[in-house]
Amino acid sequence: MIERIWAWLIASSSWVGPDGIGARLGEHVLFSVVVVAAAIVVGVPLGLWIGHLGRGRWLIAAANAARAVPTLGLLFALALWVGPHIPGRWAFVVPSLVALLLLAIPPVLAGTYAGVEAIDPAVRDAARAMGMSPLRVIRQVELPNAMPLVLSGVRSAMLQVVATATIAAYVGLGGLGRFLVDGLASGNYPMTAGGAILVAALALVIDAVLALAQRLLVPAGLREGGRERIASGRHTGNPATAGDPTVSPAR
Amino acid sequence: MSRRVPRRIVLAAVVGASLGLAACSGGGDPLASGSTSGGGGAIVVGSADFSESVVLAEIYAGALRAKGVSASTKTNIGSREVYLRALQDGSVQVVPEYTGALALYYDPKFAETDPDKVYAALPGLLPKTLTVLSKSAAEDKDSIVVTSATAASLGAATLSQVGSKAGGLVLGAPPEFKSRAQGIPGLASTYGITFKDFVPLKGQALVQALVNGQVQAANVFTTDPAIAVNGFVTITDDKHLFGSQNVVPLVAGDRADQMRSALDAVSAKLTTEGLTALLKSTDVDKKDPKAVAAEWLKAQGLG
Amino acid sequence: MTWFLDHWDEVITLARQHAVLAALPLAVGFLLALPLGWAARRWRTAYPILVTASGLLYTIPSLALFVLLPLVLGTRILDPLNVVVAMTIYTVALLVRTVADALGAVPEGVRSAAVALGYRAPRRFMTVELPLAVPVLVAGLRVAAVSNVSIVSVASLIGVTQLGDLLTDGYNRAIGGELITGILACLVLALLFDVTLQGLGRLLTPWVRVEQARGRPVTKGAAA
Repeated sequence: MIERIWAWLIASSSWVGPDGIGARLGEHVLFSVVVVAAAIVVGVPLGLWIGHLGRGRWLIAAANAARAVPTLGLLFALALWVGPHIPGRWAFVVPSLVALLLLAIPPVLAGTYAGVEAIDPAVRDAARAMGMSPLRVIRQVELPNAMPLVLSGVRSAMLQVVATATIAAYVGLGGLGRFLVDGLASGNYPMTAGGAILVAALALVIDAVLALAQRLLVPAGLREGGRERIASGRHTGNPATAGDPTVSPAR
Repeated sequence: MSRRVPRRIVLAAVVGASLGLAACSGGGDPLASGSTSGGGGAIVVGSADFSESVVLAEIYAGALRAKGVSASTKTNIGSREVYLRALQDGSVQVVPEYTGALALYYDPKFAETDPDKVYAALPGLLPKTLTVLSKSAAEDKDSIVVTSATAASLGAATLSQVGSKAGGLVLGAPPEFKSRAQGIPGLASTYGITFKDFVPLKGQALVQALVNGQVQAANVFTTDPAIAVNGFVTITDDKHLFGSQNVVPLVAGDRADQMRSALDAVSAKLTTEGLTALLKSTDVDKKDPKAVAAEWLKAQGLG
Repeated sequence: MTWFLDHWDEVITLARQHAVLAALPLAVGFLLALPLGWAARRWRTAYPILVTASGLLYTIPSLALFVLLPLVLGTRILDPLNVVVAMTIYTVALLVRTVADALGAVPEGVRSAAVALGYRAPRRFMTVELPLAVPVLVAGLRVAAVSNVSIVSVASLIGVTQLGDLLTDGYNRAIGGELITGILACLVLALLFDVTLQGLGRLLTPWVRVEQARGRPVTKGAAA
C-alpha cells in the first residue's frame, strides 16, 4: 500500500492539470495566506487597541470562547446560509473563506493582546515620559515588544487555517482537501492518503517558515527575554502548546 | 540513581513501541477488506450517504425485526466504493443497492440495459461472498437535470442532443461521479459531453446550487422530489448510460436465508412512486428516516 | 429548538459517544504525557526534542491524521479506534510541554526542602512536585479537552458516529435546526468538560483556597 501511495505521489499525471497536485497545492497555499493576512489586518490593530486602552477585554474572552465552536459546524453553517446568496463559483469559495477567517482572527487577536498586556508597565511609562504620542507608543514600543506573541498567534492561526481548509473540501472548496474527500468518496485510498501526507507536509513546512519569520522579525533585544518567558512556561513561541495565550481559553 | 534506569527503559519502550507500530504498518488497503463475514446472529443494515439509501436501510431493518430477526442500522457509511467494502469485511450484512450500478461496479464494461437481464447477470458478477435477493419494481437512476430556463436555452431534450453544447455548463455532482464509469468518463465516451467545470456537491447543497444558478447542470436521482419541487428538467438518457436501476438488497451470502423472506416482502411492495413519496417525506418535509420507514412498513402491512 | 425537542434522545446518545471519543484520549494522553514531560524536565537535551516533536505532531491536520492512521495501525477506515488514537496523539502533543513546564514551575525552595526531608525522586514527584503542578496541568488539560471536543466532530467525515453526524446530516439535508443543535451540543459538551476539569483542579488543590482565605499570596503555577 505504501508503494501505491508513493506511486500516486510521484506520478506526473497526479501533478498536472486543474485538479492536479500542483494546482491544488497552489490553491491551498493561496487560500491560507490570504485568510491569515486578512486575519492579521483585523486582529493585530484590534488587539493593540484593546491592549493599549485596557478596554474591551470581553472581546478577548469572546475570541477565546469561540475556539470551542466546532470548525465543521461553522463551515457547514456558512455554506448553508451564506452560500446561496453568492453568485457563480464564488458560492463555493466565499463561505469557506469566511469560516476560515473567523477561525483565524481569535488566535491573532488574543496573541496580540497578550503580547501588549505582558509588557512591563515601566516600559510604557518610560515611553510616555519621553514624550511619545499614544500612536508612537503603540507603534514603536508596544508592537515591537508584543511581536513574539503576535507571531505565535499568527502561527497558531495558520495551523488552524491549513487544517480547516482541508475539511472545507467537503463543502466544495478546492485545495489539497479535495484529494482526501474525493479519494474517500471514490474508494481511492492511495489518493486519500497521498493527499493527507501532502497536507501534513504543507502544514509542517508553513509552520517552519513562520518559525523562521518569527526569529527574523522579533527585535534582537527581545529574543533573550522571549526565551526566558518560554523557559518559565508563561508564554511560548510554539503555537501548539498550552502555554500559548492564543490557545488557552482560561485566563 | 537505581530508579532512573527503569524509567529510561520505560521511555525507550514507549518510543520503541510507537516506532514499531509505524514500521509494521500493514500492507493492506484500509478502504479494502478481508472476507470475514460471520454466521448467524444480529444483522447490521448499512447504507450509502444519501437519504433514499438511508430510508431503505431503515425499512430493511424494520422488516427484519418484524420477522423476529434482530437488526440494527449503520447508515451514511459513504459512497458505493466505501459501503461495499464495509459489506465485504463484515461490518454490515446487507445494503440497499441498484442493479445496474452494482453490475457496472464489478464490470466496468457492463452494457446490458434490460431490467431482468441486468438482474440475471448479477450473480455472475458479484464476489462469491455476496448475493442479491429479489429485485423490486422500484427504479432510481442517476440523471442529469437542468433548470427549465437552461433547458429552454439549450434546446436539447436528450443527452445526445446536448453533446458539445455542454461546454458552457458547470456540472454539480457527488465527488465520486467524477471518476465513475457511469459518471463523467461515461458521459464523455457515450455522448461526447464535456462540461465546462465540475463542482463536487451532494444532497441539498447540490439542489440549492442548481436553483441559485451556481451550477447549471446537476446529477440527481430520478426519484429525487427536488426535481418536481423546483421544476427541474431531466435530460433523457437516450443511450441508456445510466442503465436499469432496480432497488435490490445486496447481502452477505451466508446470511441470505436469514433475511430472504423479510426483504423479499419489502421488494414486492416497493415502487418508483413509493420511493419518491418516501424521499419527499425525508428531504422536503424533513421527517426522520426511521419514522418514515416505520410508517411505510405499517402502511404496507410489513411493520 | 423544535428539532432538538423532537430528537433529544438521539442527541444524548451521540453526545455520549462524542464524550467518550474526546475523554478517553484525554485520559490516556495525559498518562502518556506525564512520563514524557517528566523526562523533558529531567534531561536538558530531551526538552527541545520532545517539545519540538509534539509540536510537529499537533501540526498535522485532523482529517489527514484520521485518514493516515489506518495505514499505521492496520485498522479499517470506519474503526473508531483511528479517532481515539488520533485524539490521543493530539492530547500528548499539547500536554508534554505543559507537564514539563508545570513541573519546572515548582519553586526550587520547595523541591530543596523535600530533598532535605529525605524524599527520594519518585516520592518527591508523587507527593510534592505533581500536586504543586496541578493548577498548570489543569489549565493544559482544559485546553486539550476543548480542542478534542471540537476536533472529534470532524470524524463524521470518515463515518465515525458522534455529534458531528448532526452537522453533516443537517448540512446534507439542509435542516438548519439540526445543524444548530449539533453546534450547540458540541459547545455544551466542551463547557461540561471545562467545568469538570476546573472542579477537579480545585478539589485536588485544597491549599489554594486555604491560602486565599488567609489573604496570603497563592503559590501560583507559572502559567496561572
